[in-house]
Amino acid sequence: MSDTMERYLAPVIILVIILIAWEGLVATLQIEQFLLPRPTIILSNLFQVVHLSPADTTATDEELQNALKGNQLVVTIPAKASPHLTEALTSAAIIRLPWFNSSLLLLQGKNLSPILQAAWYTLKEALGGFIIGCGAGIVVALVTSRWVGTREALMPFAIAANSMPIIAFAPIANNWFGIDNPFSKMFIVAIMVFFPVMINLVRGLTQVDANSLELMRSYAAGDFEIIRKLRIPNALPYLFNGLKIAAALSMIGAVVGEYFGGPRIALGVFITQEAALFRFSSAWAAIIIACMMGITLYLIIILLERLAMPWHVSFR
Amino acid sequence: MTNLAVSIKSLHKIFNQGSNNQVHALKDIDLDIAPNEFVSLIGPSGCGKSTLLRVVGDLVSSSSGQVLVNNKSAHQARLDRDYGMVFQSATLYDWRTVAKNVQLPLELMNYAKDKKEARTREMLKLVELQDFHNHYPWQLSGGMQQRVSIARALAFEPSILLMDEPFGALDEMTRERLNLELLSIWEKTKTTVIFVTHSITEAVFLSTRVIVMSARPGRITQDITIDLPQPRNTDTRENVRFFQLETQVREALRESERMSV
Ligand SMILES: Nc1ncnc2c1ncn2[C@@H]1O[C@H](COP(=O)(O)OP(=O)(O)OP(=O)(O)O)[C@@H](O)[C@H]1O
Ligand SMILES: [Mg+2]
Repeated sequence: MSDTMERYLAPVIILVIILIAWEGLVATLQIEQFLLPRPTIILSNLFQVVHLSPADTTATDEELQNALKGNQLVVTIPAKASPHLTEALTSAAIIRLPWFNSSLLLLQGKNLSPILQAAWYTLKEALGGFIIGCGAGIVVALVTSRWVGTREALMPFAIAANSMPIIAFAPIANNWFGIDNPFSKMFIVAIMVFFPVMINLVRGLTQVDANSLELMRSYAAGDFEIIRKLRIPNALPYLFNGLKIAAALSMIGAVVGEYFGGPRIALGVFITQEAALFRFSSAWAAIIIACMMGITLYLIIILLERLAMPWHVSFR
Repeated sequence: MTNLAVSIKSLHKIFNQGSNNQVHALKDIDLDIAPNEFVSLIGPSGCGKSTLLRVVGDLVSSSSGQVLVNNKSAHQARLDRDYGMVFQSATLYDWRTVAKNVQLPLELMNYAKDKKEARTREMLKLVELQDFHNHYPWQLSGGMQQRVSIARALAFEPSILLMDEPFGALDEMTRERLNLELLSIWEKTKTTVIFVTHSITEAVFLSTRVIVMSARPGRITQDITIDLPQPRNTDTRENVRFFQLETQVREALRESERMSV
């Protein structure tokens, strides 16, 4: 149990160290906001942490309002704040702290809504492309593994196609489906994820231990049974490796596809626009959201992997 | 028609025939095996023991000659599921538990659920692994894995057991214990066994007959009947006759090595 704790704790500690170093360096070297905003500034675009302390009665309502608007990270709030303010505050998440009789209040930052809206739109594109691309990759791999001739003929093309800069397709896809049609981005994502999934799965379906195959033959098992009971289970680890690559690629594909044009509510477009308006901290916040969605997708794949193959070496 | 488990007549196997890396793996093999015999194949590496076993099991085709198994072609015998195979590596499927591995052939042969489970229990009891139904292969030692693979090979009651160095990768102690276990299984199940080994002691201890082969090209040089009393047990190894037969096999092997060079 402590082993797993360590496994999860180590990356978290590294992340915290990186964030602190980043914050410190930007502050001490006095790097301009538009070059690299501090992590706290980026985070304040997503949410604010407000510290409520009943002991402190100095701040006025007005000061509080201003503090909230200014996305300050820590604000103290008096016990007797105005009714409409307290009402707004209670709708937010309040976490009671065990010290100083205080509580922590999580507020939604002023830029969160447009970012979340854009993120949701782009996530749908990424997921759509992921499902179409992975589905097609799985089907093609299964079909070609059955007919060795077609596979041998197709593989060189698949590998060649995989090394193409797929992003170069983005303007073409925009042209085909229309720039505001989410299918244009799904298409790019689907093309991007198709090859890693297909190639990995074909490898897993064909790289079967020779004795395992002979065993099946000695039972006079048919091709279909060999695929179902030997090739597919053998291919699962390969498939999930392909899906993990696809998970990372699908967010990248959707966001980069949007750089070549898309509706204003898309994450890639949002980032370019915010950057053009010198709102870099907001652009950074959007990048972090994209990153978090990519990681979440990846973690979901890992979870599915564990559910699908509890026997596997890497989970021992 | 005589009632033979295996009947091989003037069998040849040439790999890559016609090309310049042609290998004459088996030359003019004649071999008859009666039901319930325990026949060991022994010989220098590369003499074609595995190839002979595979030809009998219809996993490799012969170049010429005739192989009859239970009075049918080897191919028909495979389709009729007459063979149980055991390899040097246990070849268990990682994704299946011990019980599910044993059930693999039963699933393929469409056994009814309760019969399948009863049979699995019976087999795992036979190899003394009744407490390991739900373990995965990686949770077992090498010897235990090999016992599962034997249970799997026996589960559907094949008439012929083909074993290619099944205990070759195990330590001496485990190997001796599994030898005894295999013999008791053989006595209970009345199967015919063809057993490939590199160990003279193992061949003499287990077999009713030891076939000595030589390489380049692979052929049978001697056919030694092992007339030790049945059932064999730990005392068998101290029998004077046991040492005599071991010596006889050893000399036959030396002879065949000389012929191979
Ligand atoms: N699939 C194959 N293609 C070509 N040559 C083969 C093939 N299988 C075996 N051979 C050759 O046939 C000969 C006999 O091989 P085989 O595996 O039957 O030997 P063996 O007696 O089992 O040896 P060992 O004791 O090392 O397992 C060898 O020279 C080998 O190189
Ligand atoms: Mg061999």
